Amino acid sequence: MHRVKVRVVEDALDANNTIARANRADFDRAGVTVVNLMSAPGSGKTTLLERVLGPGVPGLRVGVLEGDVQGSLDADRLADLHVHVTQLNTDNGFGGECHLDANMVRSALDAVGLDALDLLIVENVGNLVCPAEFAVGEDARIMVASVAEGDDKPLKYPLMFRTCELVVLNKIDLLPHTDFDVDRFLYHLDAVHPGVAHLTTSARTGEGVDALRDWLAALPGERGPTARGRAQAPA
Amino acid sequence: MHELSVSTAVVDTAVRHAAGRRVLTVRVRLGRLRQVVPDSLAFYFNLVSRETVCEGAVLEQEVVAARLACAPCAYEWEIEVPAFRCPRCGGAEVAVLSGEELEVESIEVEEGAACTA
Repeated sequence: MHRVKVRVVEDALDANNTIARANRADFDRAGVTVVNLMSAPGSGKTTLLERVLGPGVPGLRVGVLEGDVQGSLDADRLADLHVHVTQLNTDNGFGGECHLDANMVRSALDAVGLDALDLLIVENVGNLVCPAEFAVGEDARIMVASVAEGDDKPLKYPLMFRTCELVVLNKIDLLPHTDFDVDRFLYHLDAVHPGVAHLTTSARTGEGVDALRDWLAALPGERGPTARGRAQAPA
Repeated sequence: MHELSVSTAVVDTAVRHAAGRRVLTVRVRLGRLRQVVPDSLAFYFNLVSRETVCEGAVLEQEVVAARLACAPCAYEWEIEVPAFRCPRCGGAEVAVLSGEELEVESIEVEEGAACTA
């Protein structure tokens, strides 16, 4: 018996990125723009989607792929508003994956029905770490942070804040009741991701929700050969 | 739990390249920007590699520094904390030269004399 060194030099997430590229090719063929929506648990992603998608996005057929460790509470809420929603649970194998990966999304594409859509929003599992590592073939990433989480979060979870195209600061109706300093948050955000687009919203009162809807409505037009494309993560 | 996902990906990659041979060492390069905690990765590696050809293998980890380059002024520097603006000109167009690696660099496998004949 003897030792043999085998040169590998391969990204550990190569397998995921390969499937993400296949997803991306399917999205391109169907002409669907895909957003990966990420945040910590309880930041208000689903409530924001209710507010944004409830009245519809002008000119776009929108679908949601709802990722959760277990259950369909979020999907049910969106279905009540007649949003085209597909549930994807991650509680197989190891007892609940903490993120969606390209293969999980791929397994749900038949149920999603890409041909009936222009925009697909993938609502990831609530988690500020793992989802940032796993591309699913998306065009853009939106990261939702909330006032209740504190203004230092960009510094604590830089990968998540760095690999997104839009940061939404939600729950701004809570500002009067907390020590959250919006300027400090934006200062930290600028250090981690200089120049990234950002919006402030309150899904509860509806403030800023129209701006988020406008951002989503403009996204398919920005797509195409110049679109950034996330077959591979992070950029 | 981040390290659980990453260690699973590392073991899967190593198993594929081992092609059935027992793995003695897995060498990985981890960029600072990937937020992987080496001790935690080693812990999960031992867990995830059970009942694979990687069981009992040593995980060697090389941490790669985060180096940035400013596009407008061409300044290059290394960061210890997540601060991505150019310290010289304040520019935001910054390229990451290194620090995003999450790479299985090589593995060491055991080969019997009969196999190499």
